Amino acid sequence: MAEILSLHDAVKQFVNDGDTVALEGFTHLIPTAAGHEIIRQGKKDLTLVRMTPDLIYDQLIGAGCARKLIFSWGGNPGVGSLHRLRDAVEKQWPQPLEIEEHSHADLANAYVAGASGLPFAVLRAYAGSDLPKVNPLIKSVTCPFTGEVLAAVPSVRPDITVIHAQKADRKGNVLLWGILGVQKEAALAAKRCIVTVEEIVDDLNAPMNACVLPTWALSAVCLVPGGAHPSYAHGYTERDNRFYQAWDPIARDRETFTAWINEYIHGTRDFSEFQARLAAASEAK
Amino acid sequence: MMTYSTNEMMTVAAARRLKNDAVCFVGIGLPSKAANLARLTSAPDVVLIYESGPIGAKPSVLPLSIGDGELAETADTVVPTGEIFRYWLQGGRIDVGFLGAAQVDRFGNINTTVVGDYHQPKVRLPGAGGAPEIAGSAKSVLIILKQSARSFVEKLDFITSVGHGEGGDSRKRLGLPGAGPVGIITDLCIMEPEAGTHEFVVTALHPGVTREQVIAATGWAIRFADQVQTSAEPTEVELRALRDLEARTAAAHGQAPGEA
Repeated sequence: MAEILSLHDAVKQFVNDGDTVALEGFTHLIPTAAGHEIIRQGKKDLTLVRMTPDLIYDQLIGAGCARKLIFSWGGNPGVGSLHRLRDAVEKQWPQPLEIEEHSHADLANAYVAGASGLPFAVLRAYAGSDLPKVNPLIKSVTCPFTGEVLAAVPSVRPDITVIHAQKADRKGNVLLWGILGVQKEAALAAKRCIVTVEEIVDDLNAPMNACVLPTWALSAVCLVPGGAHPSYAHGYTERDNRFYQAWDPIARDRETFTAWINEYIHGTRDFSEFQARLAAASEAK
Repeated sequence: MMTYSTNEMMTVAAARRLKNDAVCFVGIGLPSKAANLARLTSAPDVVLIYESGPIGAKPSVLPLSIGDGELAETADTVVPTGEIFRYWLQGGRIDVGFLGAAQVDRFGNINTTVVGDYHQPKVRLPGAGGAPEIAGSAKSVLIILKQSARSFVEKLDFITSVGHGEGGDSRKRLGLPGAGPVGIITDLCIMEPEAGTHEFVVTALHPGVTREQVIAATGWAIRFADQVQTSAEPTEVELRALRDLEARTAAAHGQAPGEA
């Protein structure tokens, strides 16, 4: 059964130094607040897994929480580069970052395999691509029935997955909708799972066949309204496109980035205080 | 005749390549713009699939990210990302993969990973995303990008997504199910693979563009087909649909019109 906890307590209890951590959400429902809390608590040596690293991993990498990144597309969507990711890869700042690079189809299949309790995923992929030359974990397997050679990639089985969702009930059952990405697979592939939600209600009123994660498959549920910002929660918040643009100059430079982390993450107690500071700063402009 | 920009010509020329009954796997940016222009003009029934999960998306404004809520709200259905790649792409249901690129070579191979050495990159690009498997499994592929000697290169530093490999029957030898790239649409011209060699050659120049311009903007010794057509100029209907789409997008995302 999932415990209903504060995000501080959930991260403290379930995220350990050295863990393999997946903070998933495909553009939609990105668990930003949880990323902030991991930085605030100074977690170290994490292996970060995520199809699209986005701002959330730019922050974790720049803040020195990550040892390794497993990913398949690393950009600031619609804006440009993730400068902290690039600085870590190109100049080892603030520390060297090992990268393990895949394609989307590969990682999506690897999460499915992880949730299925399988050691690897099989897919038709990578023929003619150079990615297997730089990622030795991309191997091949021959179909025992047809002889076709297919790609084999290790499943993703995080120590801890964190996702954001729209609703939970008081027992900790979670309902999410809209663009689901690999949220369900990432949650079920992990040993432990934290879900931050927009609201906690008496009854989910979930339509039949809706995407519901039962409380007994989760570790903790935390009420964090707006916790996906600048990503969005369908039906609750809009994507903050301006923040994605504003992030570019902040992250471009080590000093402005560090000042931002100190003021907005280390300088705030939790996500609601972060939101208040961000709102005050944007009003002052 | 309305005046138009070279970028508008590129988008219109790309949009015209989509057939009305096509099922199209759409990349973000230029492919998404061209595919939606097609849907709003010559191909109203085209089915647009985005890798985040929307199938049959009919956005009224262009998405900034591959997972904008507008795509989900206007889709026939929204499925998990794993399903998009497993059932719909690998399952063989995509007619056209519509891709952008940072760099291409003469065989339509695409680099979106690095410029320079992989381990000591000069420029680190975003990476693969969905493109390698779209390039492999879609029944055909269209590529759209602006043409310059930096983007159309003699040799790619990294092949992220395969086109026609080393040319000839490369794709067949690699066992790839799809036919690979059938067109590269740029702001100057349209290139198509030559029969046999599968090397991309210029088959149409956009109005007013010279062969010298194309040669200067290509990093390999580009060849021209025996019969080089001139692309039809954008019609008023096409231009109005494109400009309205860009204006709606700019208003929705709070941008200047040119940014969309």
